[in-house]
Amino acid sequence: MMAALASGALFGLGLTVSQMTNPAKVLGFLDIAGDWDPSLALVMLGALAVAAPAYWLARHLNQPLCADSFARPVEAEVDNRLIIGALLFGVGWGLVGYCPGPALASLGFASGRTLLFVASMLIGMAAFAAVSPDSFPSVLRHNTRH
Amino acid sequence: MHNFTPVSAILGGGLIGLAASLLWLANGRIAGVSGIVGNLGSARAGDIAWRVAFIAGLVAAPLGYVSLAGVPPIQLDASTPAIIVGGLLVGFGTRLGSGCTSGHGVCGLARLSPRSIVATCLFMAAGFVTVFLLRHLMEG
Repeated sequence: MMAALASGALFGLGLTVSQMTNPAKVLGFLDIAGDWDPSLALVMLGALAVAAPAYWLARHLNQPLCADSFARPVEAEVDNRLIIGALLFGVGWGLVGYCPGPALASLGFASGRTLLFVASMLIGMAAFAAVSPDSFPSVLRHNTRH
Repeated sequence: MHNFTPVSAILGGGLIGLAASLLWLANGRIAGVSGIVGNLGSARAGDIAWRVAFIAGLVAAPLGYVSLAGVPPIQLDASTPAIIVGGLLVGFGTRLGSGCTSGHGVCGLARLSPRSIVATCLFMAAGFVTVFLLRHLMEG
């Protein structure tokens, strides 16, 4: 509990310090043909420089320090769901300049327009949860593997 | 590149990496914001508290920080319809694709997950193309 609270706090501080809570800065990274701002790439590099050794270190642990087991993501194949989901996300990201973390992190000090984005995002998430996997078009249900 | 802020970017990135490391080493959980939020509704009883705690820290810590350091610039130029459509796409897309910039882009890349490497390349590419179309073709 306390570790999750601290992790969320560090995450939010990192997003704020690096100015990823400013959509114009994120769009400056995505605008490679304009006045390109590479800051977002350095944010990811800084995060990877710390997180990659930590994940490697965790391979030597039988269990996490405060929980029974590691919730390892299922390493499935790259399927249509992943591809289409990532593309839809990228279009929305490029339209506004917000991804989920920065939008939530700035909720406390941003304007009502940020709240509108977060509300729309939560509706999008709820819409996904409401649609049962069986009702997806077959292109989303099956892996590309034959 | 006159908006480039390398020092704050690396410092902030380091904090994000620390957050992801802590959640994995202590709780055995991936620090993916879309998954932590999106699975809140369907999570089992014992799986809810840490999600709420993470989100509380994510929202509260920046608020505390800006009350001391001042509010950083937030420039949101998108029109209201674009904000709504973008929000819906980000919400639905991150759930369909099982992750966003944090889960795939930071945690997944740090774990060298092939799925996350593909997802990160795709959402970056889609973001580049979207901004290019909006800024350089449609506004010509």
